[in-house]
Amino acid sequence: MKSLIKKFAQIPGPSGYENQIRAAVRAEVEPCANEVIVDALGNLIVRWGEKGPDGLRMMLSAHLDEIGVIATHVDKKGFVRFAGLGGVHPAYCVGGHVRFLNGTRGVISFEKESGLKKMPSLDKLFIDVGATSPGDCPVGVGDVAVFARKYQELGEKIVTKALDDRIGVVVLVEALRQLHEENLDSPHELYFVFSTQEEVGLRGAGTSAYHINPDLGLSVDVTSTGDTPKGSKMEVRLGEGPAIKVRDGGMLSDPRVVDWMVSTAEEHEIPCQLEILKGGTTDARAIQVTRAGVPVGCLSVPCRYVHSPSEMVDYGDVEDSVRLLVALLSDQVPQLEGEE
Amino acid sequence: MPETLELLKKLISAPGLSGYEGPVSQLVAEAWEAITDELQTSRVGSLQGLQCGTGTDPRPKILLATHMDAIGLMVSGYAGDCLRVTSVGGVDHRVLPGQSVTVHGREDLPGLVAQPPANLIPGGDKKKPVAMQYLLVDVGLNAEELRQKVRVGDLISFAQEPLEMGENTVAGHSLDNRVSVVALTLALEDLRDRSHAWDVWAVATAQEEETMAGAKTSAYDLRPELAVAVDVTFGEGPGAPKHKAYPLGEGVTLGWGPTVHPVLHAEFKKIAQELEIPFALEPLPRRSGTDADALQLSTVGIPTMVVSIPLRYMHTPVEMVSLKDIKRAGRLLAEFVARLPLDYMDTLTWKESVSLS
Amino acid sequence: MLEIGQEQLELLERLTNACAVSGDEGAVRKIVLDEVEEYVDELQVDALGNVLALCRGEGDGERLKVMVAAHMDEVGFMLTADEKKGLYRFARVGGLDPRQLVGKALWVGAERIPGVIGAKPIHFTKKKERQNAISLESLRIDVGPENGSKIKVGDRATFATQFTRLGKSIRAKALDDRFGVATLIELVKHAPQNIDLLTAFTVQEEVGLRGAWVAAYALDPDLGFALDSTPARDFLPWNDEEENVTYNTRLGAGPAIYTTDARTISDPRLIKHLITTAEELDLPYQLRQPGGGGTDAGAIHRQRAGVPSVTVSVPARYLHSAASLARMADWEATLALVHAALGRLGAGIMQFAD
Repeated sequence: MKSLIKKFAQIPGPSGYENQIRAAVRAEVEPCANEVIVDALGNLIVRWGEKGPDGLRMMLSAHLDEIGVIATHVDKKGFVRFAGLGGVHPAYCVGGHVRFLNGTRGVISFEKESGLKKMPSLDKLFIDVGATSPGDCPVGVGDVAVFARKYQELGEKIVTKALDDRIGVVVLVEALRQLHEENLDSPHELYFVFSTQEEVGLRGAGTSAYHINPDLGLSVDVTSTGDTPKGSKMEVRLGEGPAIKVRDGGMLSDPRVVDWMVSTAEEHEIPCQLEILKGGTTDARAIQVTRAGVPVGCLSVPCRYVHSPSEMVDYGDVEDSVRLLVALLSDQVPQLEGEE
Repeated sequence: MPETLELLKKLISAPGLSGYEGPVSQLVAEAWEAITDELQTSRVGSLQGLQCGTGTDPRPKILLATHMDAIGLMVSGYAGDCLRVTSVGGVDHRVLPGQSVTVHGREDLPGLVAQPPANLIPGGDKKKPVAMQYLLVDVGLNAEELRQKVRVGDLISFAQEPLEMGENTVAGHSLDNRVSVVALTLALEDLRDRSHAWDVWAVATAQEEETMAGAKTSAYDLRPELAVAVDVTFGEGPGAPKHKAYPLGEGVTLGWGPTVHPVLHAEFKKIAQELEIPFALEPLPRRSGTDADALQLSTVGIPTMVVSIPLRYMHTPVEMVSLKDIKRAGRLLAEFVARLPLDYMDTLTWKESVSLS
Repeated sequence: MLEIGQEQLELLERLTNACAVSGDEGAVRKIVLDEVEEYVDELQVDALGNVLALCRGEGDGERLKVMVAAHMDEVGFMLTADEKKGLYRFARVGGLDPRQLVGKALWVGAERIPGVIGAKPIHFTKKKERQNAISLESLRIDVGPENGSKIKVGDRATFATQFTRLGKSIRAKALDDRFGVATLIELVKHAPQNIDLLTAFTVQEEVGLRGAWVAAYALDPDLGFALDSTPARDFLPWNDEEENVTYNTRLGAGPAIYTTDARTISDPRLIKHLITTAEELDLPYQLRQPGGGGTDAGAIHRQRAGVPSVTVSVPARYLHSAASLARMADWEATLALVHAALGRLGAGIMQFAD
């Protein structure tokens, strides 16, 4: 699984430009799938299993895209101005490396006018790609780039860019593979959705949920932690197991889904934590309000430094996330029975 | 009158925070059981009650939406023998210190919101309000008992008892928007005894205070031809600018703006005038901030109306309302529905000018 | 190639002089209905007031269903409280800079009663006071003591700006988005036959892309185009040695093709199609600077199971104020580009390049 994390995290896939990562994921999942679709917004939708009498049509969503930048202007001296694609924070930009989809590399610096004391806003930042004029600049308005950072293992921890949400993508791929290769029984018709444009507003998840019309939805994404110096007082820590989301900044999980996830974790003795995230949200929000409504939950992989180029997860948490997801998908969903 | 008051007191005494409307939904279902032909719970927890019309099948349908979810708090973590909290819906942290609350843990636990001393808070200032993240809830248990009985994600409701303030005035928490649920109930009772051509879907919606998930999904599910949202609006009183607030007990408001279909507005106005139900025009220049915003945008679009009941001190535990206005809203709704001819949709067109008559 | 002549300019004049604040688009709707009626196969005004018009293509094969949207509404005002003697409190509808309001003439209500937004005489102001913007809270719409009863709370108002030609440029209110509406009317009159053209003259764009959202549900298209107008902030910076890096678009540089704004990441296949079309026909074009803002495409592309979408805008200066200014040549090139691009759409456009 580590090699898959490394491979997926390194492939660029900023919001709206998920072609390369989609192709890579498709190659991994195709052998396991009953059906593979790429829809109008570029979501990769993989169907697996048949709906049994006690089963549900279930949508599982992990987003393909990562935050990135888009060039807005090349100035007379060849410096590239840019805007964020998704939640890009200036604090994580300065001194960083980016790679454009056309292969051009660049470094980010900032207008020195206001000095070093105050964090400059994004429009005071620029990318230096080594050009001297618009004429020799290999980047133009509208070109997109991702942050560059190599893959590293620090003990049990894994650090690289784009773990938000390539780690969720890996968890879905791995769960699908286990279900398929180990011939596990599932009463459900499962749709593994590798969604697009999550970082700019859950856009792919909303349209794919409409297409699938599921009985239940789960997103698999990262969540922040409360275990760093003077960090937020959040009851989620790295290495203490997958987090089961109760609420985040944009959604309240369906309480029945939360109970089902917690009791499944307890039954299989998988460590887990309850999550309340104050800012941010996931694909589950978009799924919940689709059509006549969908009961949703979210399985979160705890992750430090989210939206920085050095996102960090614990490998044990990742393994437990896969175990929990497989356990959830292999069995009936008791709480939703009897629903009209 | 006494029944209206009793129902209202009962509804505001039941927990039912956004996303967790079960307990209040149960009570609404009891109230609607005898006055609807069918009751169902939507996939996100809205209660949908059908009262069949007398027109020939297939009949047009009107959706009447009142949200039943309430604002409150949620446990986000532990701080020794106290709890950290976050809000569900829009809660002003400045009204919290000293509030009595109920923590819905493994059992219901009475407690209160504690304001920690300034010197224990980063950048604490005795004169400044304490931010939500630093406020605590104390239920009087020791740290160990607390962890056994309360877990992250448990809900916290305001414990303020309903206050009767004379014959027609009530104060308490969650009046936003349980008052409208009561108004809708009155309308259903009224319509039960009258002939109406249209089917009526009464919906006590879920999650209005968070995502409008209830209104969005019920409108999609039920596909009504028309929709009306009933909610509360600002009552004239301390803190509410006079030009944006409406006096308590002096009638309902009829919304006017992009969310509202001008012909529906005119129809409600006409009926109110005929029945001598006092009302005020409420300009909603951009959006309504009610379920109507979601209802209107469902599928191919739904002509939508907004009726509101003035309420003082919105989103505090001592919201205040007049029972008279609740009844007026109920009567107006019932009358509008009862008068709808089967071919109403053929007459509902856009004119060149949508100016008020 | 389609061109802008006297007829098109007169249409734009009528459209920009009409008042249609979000939620009250009747005056523009009437012009649209009159103009398109005889050219369309189906015509409908929906629940929110959108005009939906279908121009069916020709031939027996499968045709792409292409939605093209332009919004009829404009930013403006609503009267919110009567303070007697002709004075009314008001609210802004849509994004209006408070500094742009003072000292302007207005048309108020359906009867277009003349009104003004005045300000405290300079004699009563202190130097320090003049360093701050005049507060929105202090402003009123005033129709004078005689006409107060001719208007009422709930009425809408717009800037009273008459369409004017300035050489090769145009000055008018509401070019955002009467440019789009006029362009779309021309497209209906010269509808390409290779596609089913689903046009949506939308309402309530300025208050949240609301008309386009339900229109896209109803039309259920394969592809979406939004036609709009976008700011040109192409001025020189104060310091001569500095460079304006946030111009959004430039006047005279042709139609602005969107890559991303706050609501949409344009479909790369459609961007490429527009650019290829422009280059092959030798039409000017520019890429709007990626950034904020949003158009009807932001609603269209998220409807149902998703609709690949893109926006093309006519650049104009001073949008969302009393008077905007634009070059006729930019409009003409926009019309020509969109018309040609639609005419060249085939089934192959939908293929994803992995």
